[in-house]
Amino acid sequence: MSTAQKHIAFDVENIRQDFPILNRKVNGKPLIYFDNAATSQTPQQVIDVIVDYYTNYNANIHRGVHSLSQEATDAYEQARIKIQKHFNAKHTHEIIYTSGTTHGINLVANGFSSLLKKGDEIIVSALEHHSNIVPWQMLCERTGANLKVIPMNENGELILSEFDSLLNENTKLVFVNHISNALGTINPIEEIIAKAHNVGAAILIDGAQSCPHIKPDVQALDVDFYVCSAHKMCGPTGVGILYGKEDWLKKLPPYQGGGEMIAEVSFEKTTYADLPHKFEAGTPNICGGIAFGAAIDYMNSIGFENIAAYENELLDYATEQLQHIEGLKIYGTAKEKTSVISFNVGTIHPYDIGTILDKMGIAVRTGHHCAQPIMDFYKIPGTIRASFMFYNTKEEIDTFIASLKKAILMLS
Amino acid sequence: MTIEEVQNEIIDEFSMFEDWEERYQYMIDLGKTLPLIDEKYKTEDNIIKGCQSKVWVHADMEGDKINFTADSDAIITKGIIAILIRAFSNQHPKNIIEANTDFIDKIGLKEHLSPTRANGLVSMIKQIKLYAIAYQTQLN
Repeated sequence: MSTAQKHIAFDVENIRQDFPILNRKVNGKPLIYFDNAATSQTPQQVIDVIVDYYTNYNANIHRGVHSLSQEATDAYEQARIKIQKHFNAKHTHEIIYTSGTTHGINLVANGFSSLLKKGDEIIVSALEHHSNIVPWQMLCERTGANLKVIPMNENGELILSEFDSLLNENTKLVFVNHISNALGTINPIEEIIAKAHNVGAAILIDGAQSCPHIKPDVQALDVDFYVCSAHKMCGPTGVGILYGKEDWLKKLPPYQGGGEMIAEVSFEKTTYADLPHKFEAGTPNICGGIAFGAAIDYMNSIGFENIAAYENELLDYATEQLQHIEGLKIYGTAKEKTSVISFNVGTIHPYDIGTILDKMGIAVRTGHHCAQPIMDFYKIPGTIRASFMFYNTKEEIDTFIASLKKAILMLS
Repeated sequence: MTIEEVQNEIIDEFSMFEDWEERYQYMIDLGKTLPLIDEKYKTEDNIIKGCQSKVWVHADMEGDKINFTADSDAIITKGIIAILIRAFSNQHPKNIIEANTDFIDKIGLKEHLSPTRANGLVSMIKQIKLYAIAYQTQLN
């Protein structure tokens, strides 16, 4: 498909109409939202589903005999099926609702506490978010297992030959993000999963940053666990999923005790519910789950291929423009990367640029992006990170570049 | 001058600015005039927590008045500290403890007072007041 045809297929102005927040002003200027890697914006189609839930059928789910409860249960479970189909999981009960990616990681880490012993090894990557480092450190403290790290090169790519040398018969778990939140690197997870399985290790992929841009097929990937959050993919905050292969989910003990996750309870013994309820103690984020389903419908209506093609155009366009700014250095120049650009300008502190850009209505993120090991690698306190979604435009990038130049002038 | 008089002077200066750009340009310029902390006090212990940029504040007693010095790795943060130090330096600890900080709001920097803001203005004010309390205790 030629570039011109792509533009016709992808009507960004029309898409922007779906996002009411994009019409607002910030500090008197039209909002330019480039903090999408932190959270994405919500289309009207998803907002309507949330309003409809609380307006028409808010009720606690499962076990309720009344109609409202039945309606809410149906909608919540239908959303689970949508999610299952989206990720191409084999079974619906392999989709566990969570409060988000961090919850999913902690659920798995906690479950492995009883499966690991002293001397076992866990491998994470140098590109991880703190949420994919700390739970494993805690797991190692509890079990006596050792944590190993796959190093990265100057471009922000994992060095796979080093990964090979870390793998051995003691490796029990491997955890890698699909896409780095700080640098945008897309990791070769197919290869990483295959290598982990070669030594019999289980593998968890953190899909928080990939799910807004890529449609993963968990069966084709043959991944053991995959986690993500709804709020990065046009859904609400406070909800996400853990996909786990049935066999693994059966092996892991429950994470939290409470209602919903039990089959029978007496003071002598409790038997646990079947999947997925074994991991879903307490009243869940019912509206969030239903809205997550709506968000997935919305993104699929645009099409992930269209999304990826358009976002790549935005990435190339912005990268090209940024490279012309004197003293600007981009961190994370992997061959395979998504629409995230982390950068610094000379010795100007990222916080200063972020503050001035905010005055001009532009939302970017500044700081270490919860990935301090990456900042330590580059010996910097943090970066400015601009991250794009399919509802952003080249015109917004032009304004961003002009505003950035103005900020640099003020701060120099 | 009393703290209140200095604060009014700062409010007057900021009232001359027409827009955010002039205000921020002035803050950036003020940042360059900040009385810098002695390198030996730029320790991990002296870093104010809650700031995205690094901020160090130190206080010395001269007679019965406190002098503040500081530094930051971000220039806007330096400007904010410069304003604070101008208001509170060379003052008696008791007056610093009792002083209010409404002037921050009046010069259009209210947004920096939000606890969610990563510059830690609130933490800086707290630190300045803690120094004052500590020196006041010594005077007693």
